[in-house]
Amino acid sequence: MTAVAGQTKEIILRTRGVGKTFGKFVALNNISAEFSRGAITSIIGPNGAGKSTYFNLLCGAFPPTRGSVEFEGRDVTGLPQHRFAHMGIAKSFQITSVFPQLTTRENIRVGLQALVSRYDIWRPRARLTELVERADELLALVGLWDSRERAAKTLAHGEQRALEIGMALASQPRLLLLDEPTAGMSPEETRTMMDLIVKLAKERTVILVEHKMKLVLGISDRILVLHHGELLAEGTPQEVRQNEAVKRVYLGQREH
Amino acid sequence: MTNAAQSIKPHRATMGIWYEFATRHRASIVAVVILIFPLVMPFTALAVNILIYGLYALGFNLVFGYLGLLSFGHAALFGTGAYLCGIAIVHLGWPWYAAIAAGIAGGLLMALLIGVLAIRTRGIYFAMVTMALSQCVYYLFYQAVDLTGGENGLRGINVRTIDLFGLRIDFINPMIRYYVIAAFVIAAFFVMSRILASPFGAVIEAVRENEMRARASGYDVTLTRLLTFILSGGFCGLAGALQALHLSIVPIEILHYETSGLVVMIALLGGMGTFFGPMIGAAVFLVLENIVSVWTVHWQLIVGAIFIACVLFFPAGIWGTLIARGRR
Repeated sequence: MTAVAGQTKEIILRTRGVGKTFGKFVALNNISAEFSRGAITSIIGPNGAGKSTYFNLLCGAFPPTRGSVEFEGRDVTGLPQHRFAHMGIAKSFQITSVFPQLTTRENIRVGLQALVSRYDIWRPRARLTELVERADELLALVGLWDSRERAAKTLAHGEQRALEIGMALASQPRLLLLDEPTAGMSPEETRTMMDLIVKLAKERTVILVEHKMKLVLGISDRILVLHHGELLAEGTPQEVRQNEAVKRVYLGQREH
Repeated sequence: MTNAAQSIKPHRATMGIWYEFATRHRASIVAVVILIFPLVMPFTALAVNILIYGLYALGFNLVFGYLGLLSFGHAALFGTGAYLCGIAIVHLGWPWYAAIAAGIAGGLLMALLIGVLAIRTRGIYFAMVTMALSQCVYYLFYQAVDLTGGENGLRGINVRTIDLFGLRIDFINPMIRYYVIAAFVIAAFFVMSRILASPFGAVIEAVRENEMRARASGYDVTLTRLLTFILSGGFCGLAGALQALHLSIVPIEILHYETSGLVVMIALLGGMGTFFGPMIGAAVFLVLENIVSVWTVHWQLIVGAIFIACVLFFPAGIWGTLIARGRR
């Protein structure tokens, strides 16, 4: 294990030389990275940098073409995605993804149920009262208590994003993966969401994919910069901000 | 639909009391209606037919309405249930209850076979694959003349009396036959209400609502779909077995794709994804067919036109529209 400044940092997730090709298009090439437990790590990069592809490899949405993914020391490459949720990895989607016709509470309750009962066809689910109680706690945490009985499709965009976070938390993840959680949000909603992410990161590891670098500089412990499917730079927000290559491809864009 | 009692709470004041009552006691209401049903029908055999097709549609609706997959091959499940029940009686000399069990097992098994092959496809492809496979089943039973009677159908399923705990029940008497079959249908409705209210029932709807989200939440979408399809096969197999007992013959047409299409119409007419919809759809469809076919040989034209009108003006189906009204 790598010893940094005398202390051993625990690695929760690691990729070794992962790559992903779609037909002839190389979306991601040979990325090796480590994610520390308890930290907020952000993955940033301009459009088409391979952020979302990398994210999808981390959460098991599809397997890498090359390389391996390791979670808590266990090789999880190529496992079906529903198994990721059982292991303690949860994700939110870039494009809002909820159960539209179910109530807000039922959305979260179904998320919670996945750890408890998936194939029971006989006992009434109303008897799983602890799930409803847990759902109510999560509703309060993500600020949706007042909307609990509304169909998810009737929620405002920002509320749906918050609901997604709630659903991701439902599987009691040790690792929370968020794909552009503030996409399409108003500045006010964005601020609320960022506060929520910081709050959540106190109890679990968070990996965040974000297009807007400015948003994550303040809250991240570590930042990975992707560019053209390659890992361009890696380091603390301070290091990344001062990195010449990053300035050129990323920050520099605004100056032209 | 899901957790109906919970989700409607805040609207209780504005909502019809009958609606809440109906949702709470849906199984018991079906039981009462089924008991008095033959008395209001023109003849008892029609009431029996409605029960059987209602049960068939109930099973179909689990896949169509709750899981959100349009199967165009459910005739294979219904037909296999009927044939296996018939074969058990005619060729193996099994008692009636074992023959019904054989029918259910046949429906489950056929659903497993078709499901394994079809379940990874979506939308129109799923409809096409299930239809193609059910046509294979049709020809399989058509060719196996020694076992199934081929195009003449399987004849000689004569169950005259039913022995129940030492009691001899006259199965020829139409009213008694109706109540015996009704007992099975009530039991099936009860089982269905348990499934829908179970944790797995919530998973079924979650998969229909958003497959990707369900997967990310930790549900095995493919396995959930397959299990639901198999469960549906059990209900359809039971319906087929009862049909065999009722008709005393299994016509080869039971496996025809028209039987698959019929159940789609019945479910749409009554209201897809609603608990009572399939039974109400079956009642409306078969009563209409009965009335109009006495009046003209071109009954399909008229029933078809009524069906189209219903789909155009009540896209949620008869029962689905009533529920929407009740909720308001």
